[in-house]
Amino acid sequence: MPATPVQGVAGIAPGGRRRKPMSGAWRKRAEIAFFVTPALALFLMFVIWPIITAVQMSLFKWTGIGPLVDFVGLKNYVTVLTDELFTDALRHNLIIVVGSILLQLPLGLGLALLLNRKLWGQSILRTIIFVPYVLAEVIAGVVWGALLVPQYGTIDALAAALHIPTPEQGFLGTPDLALWTVLFVLTWKYLGLAVILFLAGLQGIPDELYEAAALDGASWWQVQRRITFPLMGPTIRTWAFLSMIGSLQVFDMVWILTKGGPAGATTTMATYLIAQGTQASNFGIAGAASVILFVIALFFAVVYQQLVLKRDTQPDTPKRKRSQREKAK
Amino acid sequence: MTRKMRGGAFVALGASITLLAGCAGSGGAATGNNTAASAGDDQVITWWHNSNTGEGKDYYDQVAADFESEHPGVKIEVSAMQHEDMLTKLKAVLQSGDAAQIPDVFMSRGGGELKNEVDAGVTRDLTDVAKDEISKISGFTGQYTVDGKVYALPYSIGLVGFWYNKDLFAQAGITDVNSAPTIDEFNGYVDKLKTAGIDPISVGAGDKWPAAHYWYYNVVRECAFDTVENAIADVDFSDPCFTKAGDDLQALVAKQPFNPGFLSTGAQAGPTSASGLLATGKVGMELAGHWEPGVTGGLTADGKVPSFLGWFAYPTFPGEAGDPKDQMGGGDAWEVSTSAPDVAVDFAKYLLSDKVQKGFAALDMGLPTNPAATGDLKNEALAQLLPVRDAGGNTQLYLDTRLGSAVGGPMNDAIAKVFAGEPGSQEILDAITKALKG
Repeated sequence: MPATPVQGVAGIAPGGRRRKPMSGAWRKRAEIAFFVTPALALFLMFVIWPIITAVQMSLFKWTGIGPLVDFVGLKNYVTVLTDELFTDALRHNLIIVVGSILLQLPLGLGLALLLNRKLWGQSILRTIIFVPYVLAEVIAGVVWGALLVPQYGTIDALAAALHIPTPEQGFLGTPDLALWTVLFVLTWKYLGLAVILFLAGLQGIPDELYEAAALDGASWWQVQRRITFPLMGPTIRTWAFLSMIGSLQVFDMVWILTKGGPAGATTTMATYLIAQGTQASNFGIAGAASVILFVIALFFAVVYQQLVLKRDTQPDTPKRKRSQREKAK
Repeated sequence: MTRKMRGGAFVALGASITLLAGCAGSGGAATGNNTAASAGDDQVITWWHNSNTGEGKDYYDQVAADFESEHPGVKIEVSAMQHEDMLTKLKAVLQSGDAAQIPDVFMSRGGGELKNEVDAGVTRDLTDVAKDEISKISGFTGQYTVDGKVYALPYSIGLVGFWYNKDLFAQAGITDVNSAPTIDEFNGYVDKLKTAGIDPISVGAGDKWPAAHYWYYNVVRECAFDTVENAIADVDFSDPCFTKAGDDLQALVAKQPFNPGFLSTGAQAGPTSASGLLATGKVGMELAGHWEPGVTGGLTADGKVPSFLGWFAYPTFPGEAGDPKDQMGGGDAWEVSTSAPDVAVDFAKYLLSDKVQKGFAALDMGLPTNPAATGDLKNEALAQLLPVRDAGGNTQLYLDTRLGSAVGGPMNDAIAKVFAGEPGSQEILDAITKALKG
């Protein structure tokens, strides 16, 4: 019985002819496609498509029912940018960006330095500091909301027991205090992340440098200023980037604690657009606000990347270029 | 090894393409008529309502079953959802623009929201097909009428007024509570409660709408009903009564009658919400709608409506243009979608029948609109509202619902600022005008 070609064996095409082996370049392309296509599909579906939809929605007046027919061009953008509530929201976001960095950087760095030393109960302390970060933001918000209820909440009860006066409208109900209270809760929530990142950064600094400094008789402050802080630079800059982007998009905690109130005192860009969309059914305006928020976050991210983070991602490039130029001379 | 990888790459590529195709395909599948597929030859009516617990849910299931038995070949798919979930889902299907997804019979709150639905062509004109039912409930169809046509059948219409704690009022020496007090009498209640060390009023200003109700009611009391209607139609709020409504609200806020922290207090969720404070005996009174007995009942330790609950109407402002018989309120109605089968109209009409409305009233599910059922309410506090509602005055729908959420949002924001102590009589009107002209 004559042998019949086996179909499906690589390299042997039906009919016994040899199939041309796949070239290296093609194989590489197939492998790239293998790894990239699913992620790309998800990225297109869940990132690019919503962005396109938001831009499209922002150009229409739309109450959420029926097709997009009432084209208004850039009018929604003008409405958002001239709305005092939105400009206030932008200001609140910037306060949270700056406030988060100013509060969490020294606190986080201090705690990280403390926890980096041999200390009794070190792991318990680390856990306590990190637990708020692990908690879901909604749960943390609900807990703090209950603690801060005026008159009946634990904070007011505690203050009353110690004869400390508290604001009549409560910390979250007093317009002048509400944003700072939210900032405090956000700091409590995210300090753990800063501490863990800074600890990781500290542990990456070689002990030899500290030993050499000790031999040279450097003081504690000199050691921190000359060794710790400079070598912590990349970690701090990366953390600051995450903090900044998170602060620009902050929503959950504010929504749970204040819904943007009282009287707009804690409205952020994200709560503004959600309120415009889901509550006021101004989906065109919500779309415009979301595009503006995206552009602002992108602007901050690109500028920060160019001015601050670039040195961490390409640390040797300028030097290398300089030395190459010198060699050429 | 290489061969395996190459094969794997093609399999993965195929899988990715399938994934993309699947995603694209899922949108198409969603547009199919799911009701037809699930019911064979039966005519299927999809019905969404919010009585999703206890006796109310059981009652509506029975109503659907009764209709099915009276109409062979008709099947009713009932979706009983929590109120907010229902609104969110309804909003989503209305946004999709996919007729097959829109329920055949669903709840409507009237006003600007209904008008948006009429404009989008998703709701059916019931003027002629339900004229008998409409004639019975004609006193309540105003907010469900667009351009002279009735698009929804109101089945429960209630009022907003002050729910008060009779025990705390007595403790403060207020024994002669007027069922329709003047503003001076009302201020007297506030003063006496404060003197007795009782927080007079709880308000969930953190949720804005409960605070906004004060301004709406001031408008009802200080402006003639037609003045409000004309102002909305002409987008002209220059009548001084509107500014006066804001000024009087500022005067009330300045009296500091509200619970500590009212600016961040929620409306109904939990014991420290405005309703919770009333339910647990922490405040003298709260401005709320006909839903309040049910809400407070859910916030007490024993799960029962507090026995101390009494009700009086929003204070009148003597000498002002508003008719003291006019009240502010709102309710729920049944809409039928334009894509629904004709039998869905029969079902909506059946929901307004004497039989169904009597059962509805007997379970205190709301304040029935069919006069045949008004005597069947069991809850005393709720029954108190009926003579006030049916006294012949106009019922102004909550203005945020009346104007639609696109106007209601900015309006409520502006009113919330007045509660925060900012002067805002004109700012409220500016916010409305700007949003209406939008």
